[in-house]
Amino acid sequence: MDVKRSSWFDTFLGGLLLPAMILALYMAFLQAPRERTMGDLQRIFYFHVPAAIAGLTAFAVNCFASIAFLVRKERKWDGLAVAAAECGVVFLAIVLVTGPIWAKPVWMVWWTWSPRLTSSLILCLLYVAYLLIRNYVPDPERRAMMSAVFGIVAFVDAPIVWFSIRWWRDIHPSPMLETGGLAPVMRPALYTCMLVFQLLMIYLVRRRFQIECARHDIEMIERSIG
Amino acid sequence: MLTKIWAIFRKDLLIELRTKDSLNAMLFFGIVVLVIFSFALEAVRDSIRMAVPGILWVAFAFSGTLGLNRMFAAEKENSCLQGLLMLPMDRGILYLGKMLAASVFMLFSEVIIFVFSLVFFNLTVWREIPYLALVFLLGTLGFTAVGTLLSAVAVNTRLREVLLPLILFPVILPILVMAVEATNIILNTMDYRALKLPLTIMAVFTVIFATLSYLLFEYVLED
Repeated sequence: MDVKRSSWFDTFLGGLLLPAMILALYMAFLQAPRERTMGDLQRIFYFHVPAAIAGLTAFAVNCFASIAFLVRKERKWDGLAVAAAECGVVFLAIVLVTGPIWAKPVWMVWWTWSPRLTSSLILCLLYVAYLLIRNYVPDPERRAMMSAVFGIVAFVDAPIVWFSIRWWRDIHPSPMLETGGLAPVMRPALYTCMLVFQLLMIYLVRRRFQIECARHDIEMIERSIG
Repeated sequence: MLTKIWAIFRKDLLIELRTKDSLNAMLFFGIVVLVIFSFALEAVRDSIRMAVPGILWVAFAFSGTLGLNRMFAAEKENSCLQGLLMLPMDRGILYLGKMLAASVFMLFSEVIIFVFSLVFFNLTVWREIPYLALVFLLGTLGFTAVGTLLSAVAVNTRLREVLLPLILFPVILPILVMAVEATNIILNTMDYRALKLPLTIMAVFTVIFATLSYLLFEYVLED
């Protein structure tokens, strides 16, 4: 299976995603029961959490691809790294938008500097910085190298950010109410949405990766002509 | 290995002592930041001591970034970097020497900025000084551990100096959070037993990032 070009697998995955997303919407809005205290508002959770997990997975892919690039020096790994970083930022943006929409009625504030919120924001900023670096290095080889180094640094930093903020901010009381476990009747909807978001992430990363490879090919052709 | 690190360190120190390019800028900028804060926080001037740890570390971080920017930007002039890269030694050594030099400059300016803050904010510290020195030292080492690597990344970009703070501050956040917390414990809550955790995290952060940067440094300087 050639990942660099669009293949039957992408068509299949894309075709699968359409009914899968409809199913996810059905599960989240109709199949899952209404939450007792928060009402329908709670349903945003079925998109918020899966998006967060998909985003984190994408960042892990970015780190893996960055290391692979530094070891192998093959451009395809750089393509995978940038594809994963961009998709990760998109998914994290979904998290950071759905979060405050839910928080305003429940916590009475859009934003609070609680550990989880702060570290998600920082994580998003780290990968925006990653994309910024890519934007400002004209030479493709050097761009790949610089961003691979930063990608590794960012991924190593993430758990430390999480841990340090958690310790620091927990000194102060926060309006964060982390309720206990999820009711079993809500689980099917959550798991469906998680699966669909992961598939969507894989699909988007593959597509973005193909664009990057095409861009690279064009660059090579331009060079051979010039 | 130590002599090589020392040679790089000495070179940077000598250049700085002769030109005083970055130290002047670092000091002046740090003091300006203090002045800005004292006006920005005028409303809470009576309890400014609570805000001093934050103000100090913002000033240190800003002036430190200024210093880190010069670190490799200066080497770009007259192709000095090419000369350094031709030296028969591991690139990691170059990193360690540079990091050491950056730390010394930063610590020096921190001391001066701190003295100014004592005057501006009417602080009296005496017994706290050894603890503060330890926090400043650890915070600075952590800052330059990542900063030196990212400074080398930034000079490879079109924006150069502009980019460094943008990519450095999100990464450096844990060390700043911990440094502010530790300074706050020393200056305000005075519960010295609570110092252990922030200091440990700072040390762990520094060790992880110094090792990582040592390993990754050869890639950012490849020509």
